[in-house]
Amino acid sequence: MEQAELIAAAQQGDRAAFDELVRQTFVDTFTLACRLTGNEEDARDVVQDAYLRAWRAIGKFRGEAQFSTWMYRITANASATHLRKRHRHRTEPLDEVTEPADMRPETQPATAFDSADTLEHVAAAINELPPKLRSVVVLKDVYDLPHEAIAEELGISVAAAKVRLHRARRRLRDELYEQGAEAHAV
Amino acid sequence: MRCDEVAALLPTLVDGTVPPNLAVEHHVESCLRCQAELARYRRLLRTLQQLRTRYIEPTPGLLGETLAALEEAAERRAVRSILSGRRLKYAGAIGGTAVATAATAALLIARSRRRGAPSLSLAS
Repeated sequence: MEQAELIAAAQQGDRAAFDELVRQTFVDTFTLACRLTGNEEDARDVVQDAYLRAWRAIGKFRGEAQFSTWMYRITANASATHLRKRHRHRTEPLDEVTEPADMRPETQPATAFDSADTLEHVAAAINELPPKLRSVVVLKDVYDLPHEAIAEELGISVAAAKVRLHRARRRLRDELYEQGAEAHAV
Repeated sequence: MRCDEVAALLPTLVDGTVPPNLAVEHHVESCLRCQAELARYRRLLRTLQQLRTRYIEPTPGLLGETLAALEEAAERRAVRSILSGRRLKYAGAIGGTAVATAATAALLIARSRRRGAPSLSLAS
């Protein structure tokens, strides 16, 4: 069955059709949840919440965007809710930079960025960003969502989304090209 | 413009959604440092885009747990819908009875008033 047919069936209450949509998009949604939360434990909660929300709202899906893009937006919203709750319970700073636990030079992104394993280092540098900056850079630069959609799902203004993106890119650049930054500052 | 002023603008300008002003453009054209800095941001953006297809394998059993959670939620929803349907039926029955009672009472009052009222022929 094509995805459009599955969506139409799910909108009529066909659970089996919705389950199939879950199977088709699960790895993608889980990956986004991991990128947004920075860890698999939180991603598990976010991904389940996202699919529950999607099931409740499937009747409202009009097909103007792709189903995967619709799921990205729901996942972003679920992640923002989850991180806000976690922040209240654990009083973790959402804005401050957390220091990497392993400080050996060979594990630091700045010195390792030019290695063959670049993608992994960028992913690790994203994980080191504060959640508020991480969410925006992941949704915009990795998943290509428009600023308006990002702002709506994260519950912030478009201007705030743009400012956070600017700060996130700058921090990533500093993390990954630290030596270049020093040279430039001379 | 100075290099640090241009460098501060590059994170926003790199994706091309905001056009740079002429002063920035001229500076970058003639400044090797800023060209290198712009190239770093471009490379960063390209790498970020590649992450889209670098999937993370879900923890074993998570798909099954998610499907089970959906099943449970669907059952709860069905039960709620049945209960709210019953509530509507009860409310409808109670409302109907109340309307019928009020109508009967109104009828009885009207009749009793008609019987109790003095007739015109007696008055004259």
